[in-house]
Amino acid sequence: MSQRIDAKDLNIYYGSFLAVAGVNMSIAPRSVTALIGPSGCGKSTFLRTLNRMHEVIPGARVQGTVEIDGVDLYGAGVDPVAVRRQVGMVFQRPNPFPTMSIAENVLAGVRLNNKRINKSDANELVEASLRGANLWNEVKDRLDRPGSGLSGGQQQRLCIARAIAVRPQVLLMDEPCSALDPISTLAVEDLIAELKSEYTIVIVTHNMQQAARVSDRTGFFNLEATGKPGRLIEIDETATIFSSPREQATEDYISGRFG
Amino acid sequence: MASPTLTSTPHPAAEPTPPGASRAKDRGMDRGFRYLSIASGVLILLVLAAVAAFLVVRALPALKAGDAISQDVGWIGAGQSLWTVIGPLVFGTVLAAIAALAMAVPVAIGIALFISHYAPRRLANGLGYLVDLLAAIPSVVYGLWGVMVLAPVLQPVWDFLVRWLGWIPLFAGDSNGNASNPPRVLLTAALVLAVMILPIITAVSREVFLQTPRLHEEAALALGATRWELVRMAVLPFARSGIVSAAMLGLGRALGETMAVLMVLSPGMLYSFKLLVASQQQTIAANIAAKFADANAMGVSALIATGLALFVITLVVNMAARAIVARRKDFSGAN
Ligand SMILES: Nc1ncnc2c1ncn2[C@@H]1O[C@H](COP(=O)(O)OP(=O)(O)OP(=O)(O)O)[C@@H](O)[C@H]1O
Ligand SMILES: [Mg+2]
Repeated sequence: MSQRIDAKDLNIYYGSFLAVAGVNMSIAPRSVTALIGPSGCGKSTFLRTLNRMHEVIPGARVQGTVEIDGVDLYGAGVDPVAVRRQVGMVFQRPNPFPTMSIAENVLAGVRLNNKRINKSDANELVEASLRGANLWNEVKDRLDRPGSGLSGGQQQRLCIARAIAVRPQVLLMDEPCSALDPISTLAVEDLIAELKSEYTIVIVTHNMQQAARVSDRTGFFNLEATGKPGRLIEIDETATIFSSPREQATEDYISGRFG
Repeated sequence: MASPTLTSTPHPAAEPTPPGASRAKDRGMDRGFRYLSIASGVLILLVLAAVAAFLVVRALPALKAGDAISQDVGWIGAGQSLWTVIGPLVFGTVLAAIAALAMAVPVAIGIALFISHYAPRRLANGLGYLVDLLAAIPSVVYGLWGVMVLAPVLQPVWDFLVRWLGWIPLFAGDSNGNASNPPRVLLTAALVLAVMILPIITAVSREVFLQTPRLHEEAALALGATRWELVRMAVLPFARSGIVSAAMLGLGRALGETMAVLMVLSPGMLYSFKLLVASQQQTIAANIAAKFADANAMGVSALIATGLALFVITLVVNMAARAIVARRKDFSGAN
């Protein structure tokens, strides 16, 4: 089940530092939304508020609401653990568990969600997830070897496999391809296109072509000046953003005339 | 031109010096450090070898004396050789240390985890400081505390254990089916030892837990791990070799601890697993301390022989620990 996301008047703080201000964004179910913008403008920060990962940083807090299918993630009585089980995340830097084998890594989230899973189901799930992440052929002979023995790109695909193995409703990806070669990147992009039929996907990327290729809508974040909070400048259909954006800043950024 | 080495980075000099000269100086430093570290390594080996040699040489008379030793050494029974006492002493030493470790490690890991991953920061700092303070208490004080405070408190507890768990050989009672009173038994001594080794195990574990990479903690959290699942998935596996090291440090101290055992334990020379009965076991270190003052030449030699046995045990323990740490190196997260 995919679900819609609505962020309303979101202010995001690190301690007293306002990192991102006044974000209003609606994300339709079964769509891909790309977030672009210069480094340090708060894309990762915003993304991490969508599964309450922001608050694991000491002093970090959020004002405003993020609703998933009408339920405020930050409402009283909402368990962040439950939120994170529905909203999967792939990080900028690959982070497989070094003490677990490749297969165990894929199953890590499943083991949390429903402790018991029989062996053949587990094997099937491992294969399906690794195929989904385009990693199966490279690792099928060494599923019991540590995940940290893979190349950076392979590790990242392992992390994608781990995230999709739990069938989340929303999948957040923070520059998932920044450590990948062009072939793996294409594989991940194909994967995103497939996953879109079931999941709501939000992806942060520095690669305009990638944003143009994979996303339905694109949001542009920007910083007015250093020390000022990042803001969502505009969000629109990807085609519109890349052909005729409303804001001058967006046009400057995507045409490379930035800064 | 000197080819750059990994360790030498030419630092910016105030006045322009030819780059070659600065590199050469760095290489000199480099070489100096290498010799220094080789020298200290060799020195440690030499000290170890010297200690071993001293122990062997001084122990030889007793080792060679055979049955005759019992005529010279009062605490070795008539007709017995040195081996008949070294055996039970080694047994008692290892039993006491393992019992202490079994009690200390779970508690230490619990405290360390609480400090590193559960407690609010201010509380965590205070608690960490408090645990470190435990390490500053002299062992004589622990011994006094064990005898005067802990033992009376423990008496009913040990009685309870004998009554309900007496069918487990470790908790078997004496001939009357009771725990000894006063409880100058191995478990009391082991408990004092456990308190003594708690700080070092806690401190090392805490440092290891705090070094869990943020990346892996976030990976677990993002999968929807609860705090405890995070600990199980990301913290404990990463810390395994560190915990083993911490436990071994504690074990080393427990094996060699003298005063607390000497003051608490009523000694015996049996191969006995009874932790709650007095006069069953004795440890090597406490035995040496008890017997050394009025030992004759042969007696000293016999005590040194037991000291040699302790040295060997400690060495074996350390090697075993290394083997445990190395076995899962692939999965350790170090690569
Ligand atoms: N843990 C943190 N503590 C304090 N400030 C932080 C922290 N993480 C990020 N920031 C600040 O928040 C702002 C936004 O950072 P963020 O990582 O979200 O940027 P980004 O858009 O993802 O950049 P990039 O494209 O380089 O990944 C920056 O000013 C950054 O310095
Ligand atoms: Mg980022």
